[in-house]
Amino acid sequence: MSEATNPSAATPLIEVRDLVKHFGPVVALNGVSMKVRPGEVLCLLGDNGAGKSTLIKTLSGVHKPTSGTFLVDGRPVSFSTPRDALDAGIATVYQDLAMVPLTSIARNFFMGREPMRGVGPFKFLDLAFAERVAREEMKKIGIDVRDPSQAVGTLSGGERQCVAIARAVYFGAKVLILDEPTSALGVAQTSMVLKYVHQVRARGLGVIFITHNVRHAYAVGNTFTVLNRGRTLGTYEKAAIGIEELQNLMAGDKELQLLSDDLGGMV
Amino acid sequence: MAENSTVVAAGRPADERLQKQSGLRKLLSRPELGAIAGTVLVFLFFGATAHGTGMFAADGIMNWITVTAQLTIIATGAALLMVGGEFDLSVGSMIGFAGMMIAIPTVYFGWPVWASVVFAFCGALLIGFLNGLIVVRTRLPSFIVTLASLYILRGMTIALSILFANRTIVSGVKNFAGDSIVVPLFSGKAFQGLFVWMANAGIIGKLPNGQPSVQGIPAVVIWAFVIALIGHIVLTRTRFGNWIFGAGGDANAARNVGVPVARVKITLFMVTAFCATVYATCQVMEFGSAAADRGVLKEFEAIIAAVIGGCLLTGGYGSVVGAFFGALIFGVVQMGILFTGAPNDWFQVFLGLMLLTAVLFNSYIRRRATGER
Repeated sequence: MSEATNPSAATPLIEVRDLVKHFGPVVALNGVSMKVRPGEVLCLLGDNGAGKSTLIKTLSGVHKPTSGTFLVDGRPVSFSTPRDALDAGIATVYQDLAMVPLTSIARNFFMGREPMRGVGPFKFLDLAFAERVAREEMKKIGIDVRDPSQAVGTLSGGERQCVAIARAVYFGAKVLILDEPTSALGVAQTSMVLKYVHQVRARGLGVIFITHNVRHAYAVGNTFTVLNRGRTLGTYEKAAIGIEELQNLMAGDKELQLLSDDLGGMV
Repeated sequence: MAENSTVVAAGRPADERLQKQSGLRKLLSRPELGAIAGTVLVFLFFGATAHGTGMFAADGIMNWITVTAQLTIIATGAALLMVGGEFDLSVGSMIGFAGMMIAIPTVYFGWPVWASVVFAFCGALLIGFLNGLIVVRTRLPSFIVTLASLYILRGMTIALSILFANRTIVSGVKNFAGDSIVVPLFSGKAFQGLFVWMANAGIIGKLPNGQPSVQGIPAVVIWAFVIALIGHIVLTRTRFGNWIFGAGGDANAARNVGVPVARVKITLFMVTAFCATVYATCQVMEFGSAAADRGVLKEFEAIIAAVIGGCLLTGGYGSVVGAFFGALIFGVVQMGILFTGAPNDWFQVFLGLMLLTAVLFNSYIRRRATGER
């Protein structure tokens, strides 16, 4: 499992070229190009309003692009619902919209893809199976859920993100889109999520990691694509760019750099 | 990879800040617990105060069971809808309107009664569908949308009754119903032989004319049992039930994993309308008439039963079993007050206090269940 597929050789799992998305008069994406290969973590960086959300919503089938090329496994696709994207192996984990807090871990794990048992019209939820699998999958990532029937609300934010990721992996996702998975988390929980992202990558999945925290990006990313005002500013391999440069690129304008200098480089 | 994968927490000592959860604590997080505890209290109370009043004789029991059953029918629909994150305030008006949809075609158009009943069910499902469609399309709170339906349906019930019968009651359904199968289906009594046998064996009392004091189990009780049982199984044991929890708990999260939230909610509005129509049909067949004021305030009774039964007003949590116990508390207290001769005026005071207690208890339970502080 650990024979890391050479990122540069494989066909990209997802590739978009010159993607444009208009909402009426608003140009949200104005020519975005990016690709993610198996076993690669692509970090999408950009400030608010750069078009990150629109881009991932387009990739996950919520929005249809106005124009541009969208390839999955080298073949052009056109998704009309999030379900289509899921079926194509693209799973999106939203920051705080991934889990139903009052519902149990097992039920959440299989929400929308419930395991059934029975004959003909008498098919019922196989809760025993759901609880066993949920427990095993959580154990694999090092979270010991004593009782999978406990509500998801009892888990910490980091654990919830991990359940959501584990769910996507279990259901055979080829590409994971993580929408700011660490932005609401504390230090320890962030490292829990980042470690897990690293494991998922090692299994040969492609990961698109959206964040505006350059340190988190740099910790797990192989490739960095910076967005600004709906355009791709550039894509860089990890070897080709340092954390400082990335920060400056993302900040994009001089004012922030000036402010950063004033504050002793701490922004 | 395998050894790498357990780095996060395997072998981590148990977090000392996490108390060990006892079985009791786990039991506490079940939604119907409060209602079951309330039921026990209510029975203890009336067991002591209504002793010897006939409340716990066969006919007395059948009396409050019937009240419970009527409420269980609509409370099941209300509970499922509340778990799905919505309200239906039009249940009471739907009962009145469905009654008219049965009575008017039967009495004034000469329809066979079965056709009128089928017509009423189709009409009710359509109205439920429209309620649901408006709620999911406009994203308005269902509270407002169904408040509008409450007035529209009640107004139509009164207006149609006046238009056809020139008064607020359409009677004479029995004359037209004849020996149609529909009548025993909704107002008959089941297991009559058993009750005759029990009377002869001295288990239950006899009337002066030699008939058993209870002739059989009313059809409404059987309907309530079947509807509650199906509702419970659907909610806890089916895919659709899981979707109800998802749609009510967090509609966005559910949508993101492919749950057809709009379809689930519309279906649930149709279910409440269906339940209201079962209730209405039982009443029309029993009394032989439809009255314009049937079902007034029943929407609140249904919601109260569901809330006492552990449903959260915010959705995503609750149970049909709880709603049944909520209805049982309701029935026992309402009839118990009659039997003990306590002033009936106090019933509503009790009901309000009971509701408040249930809501406080529920929100406490929810914090427990989710670890919220």
